[in-house]
Amino acid sequence: MRNSYIARSQKVAWRLLDGEMIIMSALDSTLFNLNTVATRIWQAADGRTPLSEIVRGLICEEFDVDPDVAYRDAEEFVNELASHGILTMSDQPAACSGDPNKP
Amino acid sequence: MNLIEQLNRKALRLGVPLSVHLDVTYRCNERCEHCYLEHEDLGEMTDAEIRSLLRQLEQSGVFFLTISGGEPLVRRDCFEILGFARSLGFNIKLKTNAILINEREARKLRSLGIEQVQISVYSDRPEVHDAITKVPGSLLRTVAAIRFLRGQGLKVTIANVLMKSNFQDSAGVRALAAGLGAQFTLDPTITPMLNGDRSPLRLRIATNEVKSLFQDPNLVGDVDAFCAPPPPVNDEMHEGFPCSAGHTACYISPYGDVYPCVQFPLPCGNVRKETFLSIWKNSSQLREVRSIRGKDLPTCSSCAHLGTCTRCPGLAFMEGNMRGPSSADCEKSFQRTGIFTAGMVARGVVPSADAHGLVQIDCFQPQALHPA
Repeated sequence: MRNSYIARSQKVAWRLLDGEMIIMSALDSTLFNLNTVATRIWQAADGRTPLSEIVRGLICEEFDVDPDVAYRDAEEFVNELASHGILTMSDQPAACSGDPNKP
Repeated sequence: MNLIEQLNRKALRLGVPLSVHLDVTYRCNERCEHCYLEHEDLGEMTDAEIRSLLRQLEQSGVFFLTISGGEPLVRRDCFEILGFARSLGFNIKLKTNAILINEREARKLRSLGIEQVQISVYSDRPEVHDAITKVPGSLLRTVAAIRFLRGQGLKVTIANVLMKSNFQDSAGVRALAAGLGAQFTLDPTITPMLNGDRSPLRLRIATNEVKSLFQDPNLVGDVDAFCAPPPPVNDEMHEGFPCSAGHTACYISPYGDVYPCVQFPLPCGNVRKETFLSIWKNSSQLREVRSIRGKDLPTCSSCAHLGTCTRCPGLAFMEGNMRGPSSADCEKSFQRTGIFTAGMVARGVVPSADAHGLVQIDCFQPQALHPA
């Protein structure tokens, strides 16, 4: 399992509504509605926490799911959002210490 | 059902104000002849007050935020406000005349992640556009700004408000939008001023011109389907409500006044006196607006157009009764379908004998048409 780091794009709008994240890309106005698990991954995407740790520490802790299956699903989800410019992926942690999407 | 519809339904079920229109100033650098606003600054919210309000809107679940005015960019802190709003995650549409936007401002808007910029263009001919805005050179500056914005890859919508003086230029504006890579939207609705002055209504296009718009396939697509007689009124229509105003959307003025919609000047509270969420949840005026269903409309509940009319409760309110017909929308329904509305019958625009063959009489409630 390789380490990848995911970070939320600054070019998106987001809002948590009834436990599910709504995201709209300013690039192409695509709207996404994330389910509870995807919402947790999105919220944890700070560019510094490895995806494997997000899956192990958050997803597998909260939801009764096999770690390998959870990681594969998470990777698929991350790849899809990255293809829309909603998440960025890197094999290195982000350099800055602040969360770019928080005031 | 698409995702936007699902989102709206969810917001409605949860009582969330999904969309807010915030005017950050009524000041403006144009003097458009049809404008519904007075442009003096009567004490607009400070930057700190607006930031506090934006935090409240975020916590209330607002997602779609329209920032407008007046001309929002005459506020020196407008870009700071936009930046702060973006940091809170809002999807922002900026409504502007754009004459203060050059390449630097366009780049800033792009870097902030503004989703869409809507810009009013009245004509592709400077002499017509500038006569409406009363600012010489305004069309040239606005078009230059659109080029800067498009150059940054921003989504731009050209809003073409139609009046007697520019009706003939609509096709030219549409072509201009296409040439600039901008979207085009057309609006034949001229409203009274928020202070009650009805003089802008003299600028409205003639009824036969409204009809010609509805017959234009470039605007409406399938003309036969668009202009088809309304379907029979059913229970769902009687239980429905006209629009999102007060349900999942509202308007906030530069002075902190909350209204159901920018076109619905019913004061519901002020964010300088109580929190936005308190107003949204507890305002008796908003509760009243939310309570109104199709069946509660004394005249319109008996109208054949109930399910398809674009009846604006704000325009009805400005005519004296938020439960009444909006004469402008009655006119649109009639021009679109050729079928008289119950509002027109009630106002005596058409003799009721003539209406019998045209309006679906079996849906009428005579007591509603002839109130005691």
